[in-house]
Amino acid sequence: MAFGPHLLLAVLEGLVTSAVLALTALGLSLVFGVMRVVNVAHGEFFMLGAVLAWAVATTVGASPASGFAAALVIAPLIVGVVALLAERLVLRRVNYDPEATIVATIGLLYILQQLALTFYGADARPVPPPFNLRISLPWFGYSAYKLSIIATSATLLLLSWLVLTRTRAGLIMRATQYDRETAQAFGIPVGRVYAAVFAIGAMLAAIAAVLIVPISQAHYLMGQDPLLLSFAVVIIGGLGSLRGTVVAALLIGVSDGVISMFFSPTLAKLIATLAVAMVLVFRPQGLFGKVAR
Amino acid sequence: MKAGARLYALHGAVIAVLLALNFLLPAYHHGLMARILVLATFAMGYNLTFGYGGLLSLGHAMFFATGLYGAGLSIQHLGFGVPEAFLAALACGALLALIVGVLALRTTGVAFMIVTLMFSQAVHLAIIYFSAFTGGDQGLMLRPQQRRVETVLGTLNLTDPNTRYLVALALFTVVLFLMLALVRSGFGRVLVAIRENEERTRMLGYDTFSSRLAALVVSGTVCAAAGATYGILFGYVGANFASVHYSILPLLWVLLGGAATTLGPLFGTVFMYYVVDIASGYTSAYMLVVGIVLILLVLFFRKGLLGTVRERWLRWLP
Repeated sequence: MAFGPHLLLAVLEGLVTSAVLALTALGLSLVFGVMRVVNVAHGEFFMLGAVLAWAVATTVGASPASGFAAALVIAPLIVGVVALLAERLVLRRVNYDPEATIVATIGLLYILQQLALTFYGADARPVPPPFNLRISLPWFGYSAYKLSIIATSATLLLLSWLVLTRTRAGLIMRATQYDRETAQAFGIPVGRVYAAVFAIGAMLAAIAAVLIVPISQAHYLMGQDPLLLSFAVVIIGGLGSLRGTVVAALLIGVSDGVISMFFSPTLAKLIATLAVAMVLVFRPQGLFGKVAR
Repeated sequence: MKAGARLYALHGAVIAVLLALNFLLPAYHHGLMARILVLATFAMGYNLTFGYGGLLSLGHAMFFATGLYGAGLSIQHLGFGVPEAFLAALACGALLALIVGVLALRTTGVAFMIVTLMFSQAVHLAIIYFSAFTGGDQGLMLRPQQRRVETVLGTLNLTDPNTRYLVALALFTVVLFLMLALVRSGFGRVLVAIRENEERTRMLGYDTFSSRLAALVVSGTVCAAAGATYGILFGYVGANFASVHYSILPLLWVLLGGAATTLGPLFGTVFMYYVVDIASGYTSAYMLVVGIVLILLVLFFRKGLLGTVRERWLRWLP
C-alpha cells in the first residue's frame, strides 16, 4: 500500500480508539468534575464491562447479534451496581477526602482485578461482533462494525451533552459541580447526586468496553491503558469540559493510531504520556479548561 | 534519659534485633527478610515525601527502577564493578528526582499525583522501548561473577545468603539513621510545617519549593539506592519493577506501618509481606488481600500501626 491509504487506515483506526476513549474519559471526567474524586479504579470498571460482556454473550449465545445486544445492556448495568456499592460503602464513608479516595480506589482496583482473574481466568477471550460486514473503500475494505463504534460513541456523546445542558438532571449535576454547599442549601440531595454520578461514570466506561471487545478481546489486565489514556484526555481536555474531552480524545486517539502505524505502539504511548505530563505541568487547567476558581 | 539518646537507643535496638535475626532465622525466612529490608528502605525513601512532605506521589517506581537499571545496565554494558555501579545508580536517581521534581512540583495535590504517575509510566515505557539494552519485559540476569566485590579484606560474595542479609541490613541501617537525623533536623520540621500549612510556612519566610525539591531528591536517591541494592543482591533487573504496581506498594507499606514515622515503613513492609506470604499459602488471590487491606486502612485505620501507637501511648516517637 502507498502512503495515502496507509494514512487513511491509521486515521480510521485512530478514530475507533478515540471513540472508545472519549466515552471512557467522559465517565472519569464527570466523576472528577462533579465529585472531585480521582477514580483510579476507572480502568477496572472498563475491564469489568468487557469481561461481563463475554460472560453475558456466551450465556445468551443465541446469535452474535442478540448476544452482543444483551451484553450492551446487562454488562453496564452490573458495573453500575458495583460502582454504586463502592460509592456507598467506601467513598461516602471517607467523606470524599481526596487522598483517602485515591487509596480506596486503588484498593478497589486490586479487588476487581483479582476477582476477574479468579472467576474469569488469565486468558483473553473474544466476543463475536454483532455483524460481519466490510465496507469497501477505494483502497481496502474496512470493518463496518468499527465504523458503527464511531457512530455509537458520537451518538452517546451527543446524548450526554443534551442531558447535561438541556435537562433538569443535568442542571442539578452542574449545580453540584459548581458549588456543593450552595447546591445542598437549595435542597439538592448532594449525596444521591454523587452516587448517581459515580455509577454513570462507571457505566460509560463499561459501555465503551463492550463496544471494543469484539475487536480487542477481554482480558483481566486490560484496564490499565484506558485508565492512563483517560487521565490524559481529562487533563488535556480540561476538567468537566465535554468539548475538551472529545477534542482531546480525538487528538490522542488519532495521533496514537498514526504513530503506532508508522513507528511503534510503545513509542506512541511514550510520546503521549510525556506530552500529557508536560501539559499538566505547564497548563494545569488543561488546554480547554478555565482557570480554577 | 534525654529525648535524643532515648530515640537513638530505640532505633539501635531495632537494628540489633534485625542483626540477631540473621543468626536465628531459618533459611526461607532469612531470604525473605533480606528482601524485605531492601524494600523497607524503598518504603523509607517514599515516606520522606509522602509521610513527612505530604506529597502523594504515584511514581516512585521510577526511582526504584532507575537505581535498578542504573546499576544493572552499567554492570552489564559498561563493565562496572559493584561499588561504581551503585554510585552510578545513586547519581541517576538523584538526577531524575531533580528533573522530575522541578517539573512536577509546579503542581500540587491530585495533579502532582497524576504527573508523577505519567512520568513513571514514561520511564516504564522507555525501558520497554529500548529493549535492545534493557532486555525489555524479559529483563537482565546478572551473573554471579558480576556480583562480587573486591575489598582490602577479601572478596565479598553477594550471592551468599549471609552476606546478602548483612548488606541489606547495612543499607537499611544507614538509611534509617539518615531519616532519623533528617526528620529531627530543622529541614524535617520545615517539611512537616509545609505539609500542615504551606501558605503559613511560606509567610514565615521559608522557601517551600526548594524544601520540597530537596526532600524529593533525597527520597529519589534513597529509592534508587534500594533499587540498585535489590538488583545487585538478587541478580535480576526487570521492567515490571517500573510498573504502577511498584509505585503503589510503598504507599501501601507506609500507610500500613504509619506515615511520618521513622520505623513505620519497616513494620508495614514486614507485616504486608507476611500477610501476603501466609495468604498465598491458602489462596492465590493475594491481590484481593492487598485491595481489602487498603480499603480497611482507609476506612478504620488511617494512622497505621505506629501512627496509632504514637497517638495513644508514645507521643515522643519521631
